[in-house]
Amino acid sequence: MTTQVPPETQPPPDAQTPAPSAVANNGRPPDDQASLRKDLLRSMLIQRRFEERCAEAYALGKIGGFCHLYIGQEAISAGTMSILRPDDYVVTAYRDHGQAIARGMSPRSVMAELFGRQDGCSGGKGGSMHLFDKSLNFLGGHGIVGGHIPLAAGVGWAIKYREGDQVCVCFFGEAAVNIGAFHEALNMASLWKLPCVFLIENNRYGMGTEISRATANEDVVARAAAYRMIGESVDAQDVIAVRDAVGRAVHLARTQRQPTLLEMRTYRFMGHSMSDAASGTYRTKEELEENMKRDPIVLLHEKINAEGDLSEGDFAKIDEEAKAIAQDAWDFADASPEPALNKLWEDVLVDTTS
Amino acid sequence: MATKVVMEALSPTMEEGRLVKWLKNEGDAIKSGDVLAEVETDKAIMELVARGDGVLRKRIAVEGDASPVGTLLAVIAPAEENIDALVAGAGPAPAAASGTAALGAPAAAGAPEGGTSSVPSAPAEAQVEASTPPQEAAPASAAAPAAVAAPPQPPAPPPSPQPAPVQGQPGANGRQRTSPLARRLASDRGIELSLVRGSGPGGRIIKRDIESAMASAAAKPKPAAAAAAPAKRIISRDGDFQDVPLTQIRKTIARRLSESLGPIPTFYLTAEFDMVRAAEMRAALKEIGNEFKVSFNDIVLKAVANALADHPEVNAHWMGDRIRHFNRVHVAMAVAVEEGLITPVIFDADRKTLPEISREARHLAELARNRRLTPEQYTGSTFSVSNLGMLDIEHFTAIINPPESAILAVGAVEEKPVVVDGSITARQRMRVTMSCDHRVIDGATGARFLQALRRLIENPLLLVL
Amino acid sequence: MTVMTYRDALTQALREELTRDDRVFLMGEEVAQYNGAYKVSKGLLDEFGPMRIVDTPITELGFAGIGVGSAMVGLRPIIEFMTWNFALLAIDQVVNAAAKMLYMSGGQFPMPMVFRGPNGSALQLSGQHSQAWESWLAHIPGLKVVTPATPADAKGLLKSAIRDDNPVVFLEGEMLYNTKGEVPEGEYTIPLGKAELKREGDACTIVAHGKMVLVAMQVADALAKEGIAVEVVDLRTVRPIDVETIANSVRKTNRAVVLEEGWEICGVGAQVVDFIQRECFDDLDSPVLRVHQEDVPMPYAKNLERAAKPDAPKAIAAVKKVMYLA
Repeated sequence: MTTQVPPETQPPPDAQTPAPSAVANNGRPPDDQASLRKDLLRSMLIQRRFEERCAEAYALGKIGGFCHLYIGQEAISAGTMSILRPDDYVVTAYRDHGQAIARGMSPRSVMAELFGRQDGCSGGKGGSMHLFDKSLNFLGGHGIVGGHIPLAAGVGWAIKYREGDQVCVCFFGEAAVNIGAFHEALNMASLWKLPCVFLIENNRYGMGTEISRATANEDVVARAAAYRMIGESVDAQDVIAVRDAVGRAVHLARTQRQPTLLEMRTYRFMGHSMSDAASGTYRTKEELEENMKRDPIVLLHEKINAEGDLSEGDFAKIDEEAKAIAQDAWDFADASPEPALNKLWEDVLVDTTS
Repeated sequence: MATKVVMEALSPTMEEGRLVKWLKNEGDAIKSGDVLAEVETDKAIMELVARGDGVLRKRIAVEGDASPVGTLLAVIAPAEENIDALVAGAGPAPAAASGTAALGAPAAAGAPEGGTSSVPSAPAEAQVEASTPPQEAAPASAAAPAAVAAPPQPPAPPPSPQPAPVQGQPGANGRQRTSPLARRLASDRGIELSLVRGSGPGGRIIKRDIESAMASAAAKPKPAAAAAAPAKRIISRDGDFQDVPLTQIRKTIARRLSESLGPIPTFYLTAEFDMVRAAEMRAALKEIGNEFKVSFNDIVLKAVANALADHPEVNAHWMGDRIRHFNRVHVAMAVAVEEGLITPVIFDADRKTLPEISREARHLAELARNRRLTPEQYTGSTFSVSNLGMLDIEHFTAIINPPESAILAVGAVEEKPVVVDGSITARQRMRVTMSCDHRVIDGATGARFLQALRRLIENPLLLVL
Repeated sequence: MTVMTYRDALTQALREELTRDDRVFLMGEEVAQYNGAYKVSKGLLDEFGPMRIVDTPITELGFAGIGVGSAMVGLRPIIEFMTWNFALLAIDQVVNAAAKMLYMSGGQFPMPMVFRGPNGSALQLSGQHSQAWESWLAHIPGLKVVTPATPADAKGLLKSAIRDDNPVVFLEGEMLYNTKGEVPEGEYTIPLGKAELKREGDACTIVAHGKMVLVAMQVADALAKEGIAVEVVDLRTVRPIDVETIANSVRKTNRAVVLEEGWEICGVGAQVVDFIQRECFDDLDSPVLRVHQEDVPMPYAKNLERAAKPDAPKAIAAVKKVMYLA
């Protein structure tokens, strides 16, 4: 993080001031574990505070449509992005706020997109489910379950075609493993040795359907065997474990063009989307409360505390900063104008040929 | 108590009037008998007077609007009285009463579609509530009761007589079916659709029906005239003409005279010109050399062209809903050919010299006789000349080639006894008769054109200046 | 000019564009070793190698998505569907991914790619293998949809489609691959979105595209013997539709028949009729009629199949009807 502005001296948001970022691996010596943990904590806190404000904005009608929150799963994005190079690629599904911010997208442009404003990352035309940032190789934000998994294989194909050494990481939920696109993409990725990491975020619920009611073999990572692919399951509430597992998969992909299927075992603290209940007919309040004890932020905080690397004051300071960033994003989005009506007709087609 | 100001029938035959000018502003105090506005009727400009006291609360009609008799134009009421319902009931003016009067009582006119008695307003409101936000529903639900509450309108003018339904002709509702193209062609060529029999399905009038109507209008004396009036006339470019909207009096003339005399209410103006000087000029030119030889017809064509340039009101087309005055002069000349006749056009004839016209006329006549004319050469005329003088016809009338509004029939140049300065002498004389479409040209208008033509033909040096 | 088949014209276009731009590759079932199910890619594997001419598993959704992903990062894929009937499995990638990526990303990700393959009815292939998909695809903003009728158009339009930076759906006529025609020598392209007058006339306009252009030409030949000069407008591209060329023709002829292989409801012809009524209302002397496949799935039996398809006699009857001759 290059700009750390205490909230009381926060300048009024405008497009010129550098937008805060939540990238977790900036400029740190590789062996500095304390610094790494602090960055990971910071990334998760920014995601968390940002999305808490999303929920508030949704309740106020500032955000509309579908809005799927990531709260509880932040260790996956923070850990994964901390290992990727800037020229690697990320493709994800519609629960994409946390990944976008962890990848380095400005919280301002994400919030403005959620508000449907001109300064949103997609100019207000994509919304919550379709966050894109070409400059960060962040390739969306896709709304059809599993439909984007072949896209990741296609990016892997392009890397191989150009004989590059980048990697493409693809995020999707555990319910997507039952759709054909998952099977088709993984089969070709392995057949053609494409440098991809397929990352199942297993939060145990496809909307309101628990995994055992939807999937014949709950051990979803066992699917890897069908494609002669390496598979690994990870406790994804432990951000360090996520980082290590993704690190191994990325290394394989980068050096041997060997795709990996990773199962990230996590839990969704909120409802499927803002218009769905967090608990109810499909899961009990007790189950939810039990799982919320394994909050990835709390777990990392405790670990750091136990090892004496971070004082309570330091934690509070990071948290205040995360809250200030979320507030800054809100203020920026709120001040951003609605897209001009002529934008309606733009970006349907380009008028170029090559 | 509010008073409605409506378009009044200010002449016995008036069906609609045009509001020329408001003489009172909104907010002015009005006494019964005050002149509120000037209205152009089918005959004259008349005054519209107030029928009640109060304040001119709302002017609904805009200056220049033509409105059928009975249309609400304004509301006079005490300053404090709520007139919203009255104003809301105004709505669009009913369609022109003539011919459509049978379609519905005027009380229904002005109510939005579906707002008449057959559709109660309650379900409409329920639907609005279910499907649209309340703030958008308000105007819609307010309009419906207002329309229903609109006070009764003056009685309808009696429906104009409808022709008895013909087998295979219009449907039960009396509506004539016409293809869009046929409707446009009829309008362009001044054909009255009610006089055309439709040959399409269900009696639909289609393109070929308009073409055969044109042909039969021209068929009796000159069967080829229809062939010479092709489907696709070359319409002049923008800037080559001005369209003049029809005034009320023009509309009345057009409608009533058409009823009287068929689709083109034609009248004829005859004049006899002295041709002595024209003959002298011909002789003189011939003496100079064969290349300068001109015919009487060439002189007539040139004179007509020059006169038309000064009289655009004759150089005009009837367009059905307007009159088109041309800025350019394209004179057609009728040429007899084996199968009938055809009318090649001398374009911009007013800007060509007499020898040029002579050469072009000869060339076009030859092409016509050899059937080598292209459509561009026989379409697009603004006025026509037919000359049977060479066939020793002293005097005849020609039939207008629509949408042109006049044609000049030229007879032979003959020696005749004429009284000059009190004594009888033999003079070369020529009689011309102009057939005029009365919808466009009045008697005096045509006469002024013939005066101009006389001046040019009797002083042919003017043609070479 | 050289006379060649529609198939060879397509192969030429592929070869020229693969040579011209090394970001271009062809991917699909049986396109490489087998030389293509319809032999359009014959010989290309030997010339360009397995990274440029790529055989896939039978997995339409998957390889269509691979095309989309690779186009997002700058390659220019040509995705071949063995037939468009199989492309239904991939329709999510065509409609939800390729067509919308540019818009959803606020202009960040253009989709320079082509989806191509045989389309339309064939002979006795029955219900699932004999259908025309253009109206489905033309419905989608963000796509261009091309339907060449002749070898020359096939080549020039495919080259333009490959060079276009938008996703282009290229529908080849399954029954057209063996048809022959003159193809210009050397390099040329034909712009997308421009119709062509394939025959001039003044009696009636027939609007058609793809294989139906050939039927329209048969109709024009037959009616010419009766002294009726039919004008044939070949749309060539059904999205965007060249409204101007259609309207200019109908303004001249005052009547139109729209001919297509697809079904009636919401067909391409329905859209053409809409444009005609908007642009040419005052020029029409009769209602516009449509000729299309009967509103049934394609049957197998020869006689039933013939009865289901639009053909010259049906089109001739329609022309005569709009001319009030029947």
